[in-house]
Amino acid sequence: MSRHSLDAKRLLCPLPVIRTQDKVKQLKSGDQLEVSCTDPGVMQDIPAWCRINGHTIMSTQENQGVYIIVLEVGKNE
Amino acid sequence: MSEPKKAVALISGGLDSMLAAKTILDQGIHVEGINFFTGFCVEGHTHAIRKKDNEKAKPKRNNALWAAEQLGIKLHIVDVIEEYKDVLLNPKHGYGANLNPCLDCKIFMVNKAKQWIEENGFDFIITGEVVGQRPMSQRRFAMPLVAERSGADDLLLRPLSARNLPETKPEREGWVDRSKLHDFGGRTRRPQIAMAEQYGFIDYAQPAGGCCFLTDKSYSQKLVDLWQARGAREYELDDVMLLKVGRHIRPKPHFKLIIAREEGEGRFMEGYKNDFISLHCSSHTGPLALIDGSPDAADLELAAAIIARYSKGKDEEQVEMAIRTKDGKESRIKTRPLTAEQLPKEWFI
Ligand code: SF4
Repeated sequence: MSRHSLDAKRLLCPLPVIRTQDKVKQLKSGDQLEVSCTDPGVMQDIPAWCRINGHTIMSTQENQGVYIIVLEVGKNE
Repeated sequence: MSEPKKAVALISGGLDSMLAAKTILDQGIHVEGINFFTGFCVEGHTHAIRKKDNEKAKPKRNNALWAAEQLGIKLHIVDVIEEYKDVLLNPKHGYGANLNPCLDCKIFMVNKAKQWIEENGFDFIITGEVVGQRPMSQRRFAMPLVAERSGADDLLLRPLSARNLPETKPEREGWVDRSKLHDFGGRTRRPQIAMAEQYGFIDYAQPAGGCCFLTDKSYSQKLVDLWQARGAREYELDDVMLLKVGRHIRPKPHFKLIIAREEGEGRFMEGYKNDFISLHCSSHTGPLALIDGSPDAADLELAAAIIARYSKGKDEEQVEMAIRTKDGKESRIKTRPLTAEQLPKEWFI
């Protein structure tokens, strides 16, 4: 298991979701990914994307306009 | 036992694509969704930008993700921004009422889906198209054209209209039961609404103009204006985004102003301050404005007077405006805000 990060700041939805999806494809089950974004829409869209694709949201937080979402990769097929 | 067949469904986020996918799911087929992001999609962007949207009680969502979740299927979102340029700039079958190249767009998307099924070991493609439902891409002649020109041929199944169309491979081979597919046609939405009720799909998206900004008259005018001003039919994603926000005013052919209409837009436009000259009223509250083009000193004075009109000081004799260059140098000028009468209608794009 390893930890990775993705900078999706300044991108508007659905681009942060697309970048997250493309990054997750390269990771293994159990890996964690921290995504930093500035579009508040990600707080809806990334968890929704995780739910339908079998990944788990570990934490979400906002700090001065930056939204940080940590997810754990589920089964990657 | 043979493996279940697999279909990829084009999911726009609207009701028809949801119902098409559901029809095939109900036949025991493994379905996954695919959604193409052209840059012009109504999804996301403006929702995030416009403050008043954020304040609505209902949180904004991406409709394609929402639809996939309702269906219990995976969704693959594909960035086609670059490839889509050729579809929009050179549509072989022309445009619809505005700059929407719907027929070429459909052919392009089905072709991308065809590539996707080949790469991912899927068997066929489904779409929510209904014969005769939309003026351009869903006329009767257009349906076989999309199948043929996309290269998907008889691997393209439209479950909502299948019984009005020639048999496809999934039906011929018995992967799906044709008698359980539908025969919807024409402009009525009644059968879809009845089906949605039956499945308990409520709260689905009903975009007035279709799935993208290209069907929007005012958006299309702004895009044409951008091409005229640049002397070339080309665009980047940032152009596409900025056409979605603000009031666009072109006082002279070589520059235009983008003036934020509310706080959310202003915040979004802040991110472009290193790419454009920007102005705001420094003596009163007022919106942020970006200047696209190459204004000289006199143009900047005119721009300041126009932008001042949208500040709280619009009725004052004089207000102070801050002008910021792309590299962050700021200067101030005093100006008298233009009156409504001094602002010709033709300047508004
Ligand atoms: S409305 Fe837009 S996305 Fe939909 S088919 Fe037409 S051009 Fe394509």
